Amino acid sequence: MIHSLFLINSSGDIFLEKHWKSVVSRSVCDYFFEAQERATEAENVPPVISTPHHYLLSVYRHKIFFVAVIQTEVPPLFVIEFLHRVVDTFQDYFGVCSEPVIKDNVVVVYEVLEEMLDNGFPLATESNILKELIKPPTILRTVVNTITGSTNVGDQLPTGQLSVVPWRRTGVKYTNNEAYFDVIEEIDAIIDKSGSTVTAEIQGVIDACVKLAGMPDLTLSFMNPRLLDDVSFHPCVRFKRWESERILSFIPPDGNFRLLSYHVSAQNLVAIPVYVKHNISFRDSSSLGRFEITVGPKQTMGKTIEGVTLSSQMPRGVLNMSLTPSQGTHTFDPVTKMLSWDVGKINPQKLPSLKGTMSLQAGASKPDENPTINLQFKIQQLAISGLKVNRLDMYGEKYKPFKGIKYMTKAGKFQVRT
Amino acid sequence: MSSNSFAYSEQSGGGEATELGQEATSTISPSGAFGLFSSDMKKNEDLKQMLESNKDSAKLDAMKRIVGMIAKGKNASELFPAVVKNVASKNIEIKKLVYVYLVRYAEEQQDLALLSISTFQRALKDPNQLIRASALRVLSSIRVPIIVPIMMLAIKEASADLSPYVRKNAAHAIQKLYSLDPEQKEMLIEIIEKLLKDKSTLVAGSVVMAFEEVCPDRIDLIHKNYRKLCNLLVDVEEWGQVVIIHMLTRYARTQFVSPWKEGDGLEDNEKDFYDSDEEQKEKTDKRKKPYTMDPDHRLLIRNTKPLLQSRNAAVVMAVAQLYWHIAPKSEAGIISKSLVRLLRSNREVQYIVLQNIATMSIQRKGMFEPYLKSFYVRSTDPTMIKILKLEILTNLANEANISTLLREFQTYVKSQDKQFAAATIQTIGRCATNISEVTDTCLTGLVCLLSNRDEIVVAESVVVIKKLLQMQPVQHGEIIKHMAKLLDSITVPVARASILWLIGENCERVPKIAPDVLRKTAKSFTGEDDLVKLQILNLGAKLYLTNSKQTKLLTQYILNLGKYDQNYDIRDRTRFIRQLIVPNEKSGALSKYAKKIFLAQKPAPLLESPFKGRDHYQLGTLSHTLNTKATGYLELSNWPEVAPDPSVRNVEVIELAKEWTPAGKAKKENPDKKFYSESAEEEEDSSESSSDESESGSESGEQDEEGDSSEDSSERESESGSESEAENKRAAKKNSKTKGKSDSEDVDKENENSKTSDSSNAESSSIEDSSSDSESESESESESESRKVTKEKENKTKQDRNPLTKDVSLLDLDDFNPASTPVVLPTPALSPSLIADLEGLNLSASSSVISVSTPVFVPVKTHVLLHRMSGKGLAAHYFFPRQPCSFGDNMVSVQITLNNTTDWQVENIHIGEKKLPVGMQMHVFNPIESLEPEGSITVSMGIDFCDSTQTASFQLCTKDDCFSVNIQPPVGELLLPVAMSEKDFKKEQGMLTGMNETSTVIIAAPQNFTSSVILQKVVNVANVGVVPSGQDNIHRFAAKTVHSGSLMLVTVELKEGSTAQLIINTEKTVIGSLLLRELKPVLSQG
Repeated sequence: MIHSLFLINSSGDIFLEKHWKSVVSRSVCDYFFEAQERATEAENVPPVISTPHHYLLSVYRHKIFFVAVIQTEVPPLFVIEFLHRVVDTFQDYFGVCSEPVIKDNVVVVYEVLEEMLDNGFPLATESNILKELIKPPTILRTVVNTITGSTNVGDQLPTGQLSVVPWRRTGVKYTNNEAYFDVIEEIDAIIDKSGSTVTAEIQGVIDACVKLAGMPDLTLSFMNPRLLDDVSFHPCVRFKRWESERILSFIPPDGNFRLLSYHVSAQNLVAIPVYVKHNISFRDSSSLGRFEITVGPKQTMGKTIEGVTLSSQMPRGVLNMSLTPSQGTHTFDPVTKMLSWDVGKINPQKLPSLKGTMSLQAGASKPDENPTINLQFKIQQLAISGLKVNRLDMYGEKYKPFKGIKYMTKAGKFQVRT
Repeated sequence: MSSNSFAYSEQSGGGEATELGQEATSTISPSGAFGLFSSDMKKNEDLKQMLESNKDSAKLDAMKRIVGMIAKGKNASELFPAVVKNVASKNIEIKKLVYVYLVRYAEEQQDLALLSISTFQRALKDPNQLIRASALRVLSSIRVPIIVPIMMLAIKEASADLSPYVRKNAAHAIQKLYSLDPEQKEMLIEIIEKLLKDKSTLVAGSVVMAFEEVCPDRIDLIHKNYRKLCNLLVDVEEWGQVVIIHMLTRYARTQFVSPWKEGDGLEDNEKDFYDSDEEQKEKTDKRKKPYTMDPDHRLLIRNTKPLLQSRNAAVVMAVAQLYWHIAPKSEAGIISKSLVRLLRSNREVQYIVLQNIATMSIQRKGMFEPYLKSFYVRSTDPTMIKILKLEILTNLANEANISTLLREFQTYVKSQDKQFAAATIQTIGRCATNISEVTDTCLTGLVCLLSNRDEIVVAESVVVIKKLLQMQPVQHGEIIKHMAKLLDSITVPVARASILWLIGENCERVPKIAPDVLRKTAKSFTGEDDLVKLQILNLGAKLYLTNSKQTKLLTQYILNLGKYDQNYDIRDRTRFIRQLIVPNEKSGALSKYAKKIFLAQKPAPLLESPFKGRDHYQLGTLSHTLNTKATGYLELSNWPEVAPDPSVRNVEVIELAKEWTPAGKAKKENPDKKFYSESAEEEEDSSESSSDESESGSESGEQDEEGDSSEDSSERESESGSESEAENKRAAKKNSKTKGKSDSEDVDKENENSKTSDSSNAESSSIEDSSSDSESESESESESESRKVTKEKENKTKQDRNPLTKDVSLLDLDDFNPASTPVVLPTPALSPSLIADLEGLNLSASSSVISVSTPVFVPVKTHVLLHRMSGKGLAAHYFFPRQPCSFGDNMVSVQITLNNTTDWQVENIHIGEKKLPVGMQMHVFNPIESLEPEGSITVSMGIDFCDSTQTASFQLCTKDDCFSVNIQPPVGELLLPVAMSEKDFKKEQGMLTGMNETSTVIIAAPQNFTSSVILQKVVNVANVGVVPSGQDNIHRFAAKTVHSGSLMLVTVELKEGSTAQLIINTEKTVIGSLLLRELKPVLSQG
């Protein structure tokens, strides 16, 4: 399976290597660098590269390439999914996953990697278990460790590893027992020039933060479970129960976890909460172009739209832009040609707009295409699909937990073609 | 030692050299210290000092720095001797870091690495399972060939460890050992075989991984574990799931017949260009031979379905490929939704998933058509994702959706990403050829693009138009003229070449333009790209042939230019053309055909998906992604024409099935080993599998504990699945009846009777969801069909029978041997203390595992089963040989001695009707054909008492009579002795306190409290093993119950005076108290 792992930063330095079998020389990465050069952009580096003796599978996250070296046939998703899990684990341990942080915590990183893979096969990837084996560094613990000489390595096998509920450790204790669930929905949409929807779908997740003592057994039911078209569960959810009763029944892991992700299909008409009016025109003769954008709410169920930002990759021919926003701030980077406009809240009485001119390269012909606008926004206390949690019940423990549910709608990959 | 140090200095020298080399080469890493070599040495010097200091903190600090060096790829091998000393450090973090170091450098410093081995060996016996496991991990990771035997031993022991975590690590170690020394394969396969039987979900994934790596061709090892793996699958950790699913896919393709014959009616045939012919053929087949799915096949498909909901993309993909490769086509549709869901994931996941969807969508468009819009391209997608999406959109395009798609493509063409725009143009070309309705629209659209400002777009359009025109015999003079004009502006060689070729091909249709084009290109010939030059030559030749009047001179001019070109291809082509077209005396007959050669009708290029034909690689594999065979890729075999015998997967009829497995376990044991040790081993095999069966009930029970009521239904379902199979097998069993009736059969029969209706329901419903239209058909035919199957089976088993009976009799011989040995054994009356000593010796070598040891003592006491008076002269006695039963792990073996006290022959002695309490099982002896007068015969049988002292009643029949007899086991016979160390005993005892403990006080004369007397008395009553004791006044005995394997710990603690405390710790409190009641009087009497 996975032979070695190389971490490569954006400037092409291998700053960490780990081998689970015989050492593979880091010169194997030369093939990767070649591919990187060919791809011009980091995003376009192929995730699977074949070299004469090895195969390089890589993921790119947080400006770091995680390159796994393998030698024999293995499902590529297996490796890719694992690499992502590694990144998630680092993020979980250190808060952020970046080159300096990894370099600072190289010993913990090494210990974690050692536990996650044995002979290239995943061993412990549940963060709950890993954290019992190797405690994440905190300032307090570092201080304590230096004074007492104790370590951040656990010496007992985490109980979860062997129990029926491998995701939960035993003996959890809390004084305030609380369970919070966030229903977060993202709208993926493509809106065409005329403002009609080309495609739209809703992707939702339920993220949970459960801090309950003992071994609670929870059930979560929905008012309208039929909405959920396609679901994927955390391993703790009992699938059979969902199949038969459409109820989520589970013994939760301790702490933060993603309980469920779901999909509301495009067949159900998706309400689009914003509209963008745009007028971007280049004229053939003049070296000036007109630029005008207005954003407004629609179908918001009476909620306000917040955190609106627009960004757009302008054509190469655009040299500069002189724009005035009616609210918020905007920036234009003449090198990357990236325009971004931080709008903030949308006030239905006074719609935010951005107007002005673009100066184009003199003599160059007008660009063929108009830029695509990417939109970000947030709506609190609304699940755009209409999904509603009915109730949350707890069995197995005597105390009364504090329960909370929050809804939010966000823009996912929301594009407006102009 | 001196040699050691010598070796070290030599190696360290080498190490330095490589270090230097590395430092020199790693110019890319500015972080690498470019300090002087001496300073580097000095730094390591101070690390050495820190490692040798007494303070843990200094050592830890040093180790952390060393690990930092390793992580950066700097050589730290010269510190090896200093580091290896700390391998036994008490500080667990130092230890761990030393392990990290060892694994990295042991291969380079083999001699020194050996110093650490003893530490690991010690740690392998540690009571903490985490430490045992990590010791095994490191021991197996330091790739030093000398320690192969040690590794082998360690793996063997660990594979029998109590902790599943340790066993999991053992499975990993198998692969490591195999890669280190492939010679060990045979031994390793044995361990794999053993671990495959493991019922822990923790182990399953790892051992299947080991199987895939070491012996993927030994499919016979899977048979027995197939159903277990299917049932465990949902609870296995996600990575294991992926591996198991891939393995089971391969397995299914070798063991079941193709399900693709039925249900294809649902599949829209007209859409399925690819294999419609094949299907047609299959359809006709179908009428002849209706298909029913093997229940095991169904089991796999059903049990993997929930995993489509996994959060792990690799698992979802694995299930998807399983459905693709082995499920009926009508059912494969459910995977599309899940695959589309994965498209929300990271770009790398998208990349792989899209590739697989692309392959699937070529063959079965219908699957992904509803999700068409999910493949629409966003401007933020990376180019490779865009192109893959485009590929899928093309595959999905049909008459109905093409207009929507073309509108979408129009947006893409304008994309700023020119590579993508070019790909879109190609796509339009492909759509135009595939769907004839839109060809003209596409062509006009493409022509419009010719006026695009971007050269790449124009060039691509030219190339695509060229291909399109080539396909259409229709005249397109206008377009060609337009393109000829473009020649002035366009510079991309491929496009220019395409235009020239087009004009050349159609030179008779554009007679005015063609010569002019030739004139222009002749002027620019020297500056053109090679590709274009070749086409200019071609154009010249074609014009020369059709219009030599105008172009003769021009062509000759070009040919002259070509003659002196730098590129030899062009010189060659020039020479070739000149010989062919310019008639001279040498050119001969060929020039007559020049026109036919140059202006022949050329077949249109086929615009095909690059993903076509990729499906001969298993989906989801690396090979599929790369479209080349990756190292270690395991071919997915074609469906067999006739399914191999499905009964190999049965786990209920133990010995029969066992005889069938072709690659029977190598019985090349040491010849001096006793017979029964072999049979014991065998028994272990078969019993494991039988316990599987009984376990399956309790397993689902466990799931129920999680509070699932709906579980029941599924359980019933799966039962009914195996039911129909059981039915099939009834015939087989009937045949075997002559030599031995199993009582499990009776149970089966009962089940069958009660559930036939049930099972038929389940069957029809399962078909229902597989395909609605075949339902009616299957309902009417299933009956006759199953009958046919049974008939087939019958024939088969008849063939098998002859060799079979022979085998069985051989086996019986084995069984007889232990029968005689125990009779001999007790007579020497080994002094118990000696036995205890021996046991002690034994233990020091073995690990802390619950391993069944040989009985300490076998009482000769026999019980009367049938008195000769009531048996009309036939007498039967039974006794307990205290051997592990060869018929099943859960059974107590019973020896029955039959005596014929009559004057005539007693014929056909067999066991008749059985009246067993619920759950109890019995393995009967083979019928005895005849017993001579005064003759006696000993037979053995196995009874599963379910850890209770309930009576097993049955009838002992002769040819003429039946006698009701019963066997009630003394509680002491429900145990099997266990060898364990005092430490383990105490540990286990610590866990079995409270409710699980019963105790009493015994009063007896002091002479009865000598150790030998106590031992004698205890082992006489109960089949327990002696635990060596450090204290004189405490005697410990350990055993496990035969059925459930629960530990039974007996402690006799002598107090002052004539009292003693008798304590029994066990989960099985009923048996515990019974045993206590039995032991108490025995120990207290004089």
